[in-house]
Amino acid sequence: MAASANNPLLIEVKDLQTYFFLHEGTVRAVDGVSFNIYEGRSLGVIGESGCGKSVTAQSMMRIVPSPPGREVGGSILMYLRDGNGAAEVVDVLKLPAGGPKMRSIRGQQIGMIFQEPMTSLSPLHTIGDQISENILIHEKGVTKKEARERTIEMLGRVGIPRPQRLVDAYPHQLSGGMRQRAMIAMALICGPRLLIGDEPTTALDVTIEAQILDLIKKLQADLGMALMYISHDLAVVGEMSDEIMVMYLGQVMEHSTTDEIFDNPLHPYTVALWRSIPTIEGKLERLVPISGSLPSPFAVLPGCRFFSRCDRRIPGVCDAAPPPLKEVVPGHLVRCFLYQ
Amino acid sequence: MANHTQEPLLEVRDLKKWFPVSKGFLQRQTGFVKAVDGVNLDVQAGETLGIVGESGSGKTTLGRCITRLYMPTGGKIIMRADGETMDVSALKGKELSAFRKRAQTIFQDPYSSLNPRMTVLQTVGEPLLVNNVAKGKELEDRVTEIILQVGLRVEHLQRYPHSFSGGQRQRIGIARAMVLNPKLVVADEPVSALDVSIQAQILNLLLDLQQKYQLTYLFISHAMSVVRYVSDRIAVMYAGKLVELGPKQELLSHPKHPYTEALLAAVPKTSQRKRGMRLVSAGEPPDLANLPKGCVFVSRCKYAAEICQEQAPVLRPLGSDSFVSCHLAESLTLQGI
Repeated sequence: MAASANNPLLIEVKDLQTYFFLHEGTVRAVDGVSFNIYEGRSLGVIGESGCGKSVTAQSMMRIVPSPPGREVGGSILMYLRDGNGAAEVVDVLKLPAGGPKMRSIRGQQIGMIFQEPMTSLSPLHTIGDQISENILIHEKGVTKKEARERTIEMLGRVGIPRPQRLVDAYPHQLSGGMRQRAMIAMALICGPRLLIGDEPTTALDVTIEAQILDLIKKLQADLGMALMYISHDLAVVGEMSDEIMVMYLGQVMEHSTTDEIFDNPLHPYTVALWRSIPTIEGKLERLVPISGSLPSPFAVLPGCRFFSRCDRRIPGVCDAAPPPLKEVVPGHLVRCFLYQ
Repeated sequence: MANHTQEPLLEVRDLKKWFPVSKGFLQRQTGFVKAVDGVNLDVQAGETLGIVGESGSGKTTLGRCITRLYMPTGGKIIMRADGETMDVSALKGKELSAFRKRAQTIFQDPYSSLNPRMTVLQTVGEPLLVNNVAKGKELEDRVTEIILQVGLRVEHLQRYPHSFSGGQRQRIGIARAMVLNPKLVVADEPVSALDVSIQAQILNLLLDLQQKYQLTYLFISHAMSVVRYVSDRIAVMYAGKLVELGPKQELLSHPKHPYTEALLAAVPKTSQRKRGMRLVSAGEPPDLANLPKGCVFVSRCKYAAEICQEQAPVLRPLGSDSFVSCHLAESLTLQGI
């Protein structure tokens, strides 16, 4: 596996396949994705819309809208550790999505924050009630008063001013940045081992985004949790992650340490992405766009999924059979026939 | 870079756009949201002026006033084109339509800005019809010419927007804006809704069209990296005010306003991976209906002095081509990129 870490394994995703069965055909949104998440480490996921990065996270949480979506193959092993370090291994895909075990994993083991905080918060309840509800559901024997106190403490921790007062505020009374802070408080209130951020700062302004990114980094260090950070913004993912996975049309194209991905990208898609994105620093050169556009999500491609847009494609090879994901240099996985 | 000795194509003087705020059952007017509040700037023919700012900074409102999609509350907009001088803020009727042939807008969202019931031919040809520029065969020829320019194909003419991807839809929007041969194009976040791999296609297309037709762009975006790529000069807005304006490289490497510095520090950079915390500006932008007495940035500014609380700074020249609206600009050494 790429970027091996000394930290203990937390989640092992093996050959995950999540398909959506629609009238028009089957969308293979996630098609054979494998990766590991280690305790306390951060994994960044980069990709354009439709690459399956969000669906991968939704499968880990078992919140893929079903129907039409379903996890049709693979496994997601979760290592649930108790205080002594002994681990119980659960395959999340074998659990009923609405069952008690899965519900305790959501929240207590994995917390998730989304792009648009307004759609994830109920407009009818105060943020304090929504956050402390998590404690009351997941932890038996906690009184309402204790839950409220812990909520206030957490709100302070995520940088909400005057938490004693704003604990009783409704979401519409808060700014976008403050709502995202409240969402983070909600995701972290039960002390999860992994925080998944699915484009959590995309809807925010640059200076507010910087505040939230710094907050997430600080909380990750303080609480020692793992982070899976999903975004289309390369610079943001680079800032947040120890290692990075580049996805395209439901598959992992490249996976390595953040430095390797930035300094030594190998897959033609990653290389093309780097050349097509304007940056704030460095030489100003004319951008080289990636030619063409994404193939139809219903298309079943016999070869490499990037074939039609690749500038280094080998006709007869790349469109004949799918390339495997292979460790090309130690700790650097690439799915491309150029490196076989 | 545009030639500064010429008269500017566009002069904006003390431009204001205030939106009334009303309250209660009787909808009594209780105040104003000062979306744009006293903006001064010149745009030279053939240049790209990038306008950056966060949401609510007034950049879109400014663009909409300049193309007269909004009627300004106060101030003047002068445009000089084809030997004519127009007072844009006072135009009416026929003169306003004549102006609109010369100033067009490209919108952000290629999904909602196109009519789903109109084919590409109808969408792109509509400005020609409405302005009595062309019809029939002539119209079709002109539309064909322009859609080829933006990278669409002849067989696309009879198709409806739903059959196009986001990038192609934005090309349709660009064709519609270009079909009348405008002088000035206001591009309002033209690539924000597009995937990263498509953004470069559209940005390069805009640059190529500019060169071919000697267009002047007002390029509005929240993304500093995109503005850096396309602009000659950059204007930074905050809470309805222009806080800094200058040549691109100068503004990026030697910012003169503390907000510009904060903005540049906040932009994630690929060279700063996992470099720990940055110097992030705390706080949030002020309420536009209830602005502070002094400088609009005072509550978040780490350099703020007493005068900043009391007196609103005005935009003034500093150095050779830069303008800044900060009392302390001379004494500050700010960090750029």
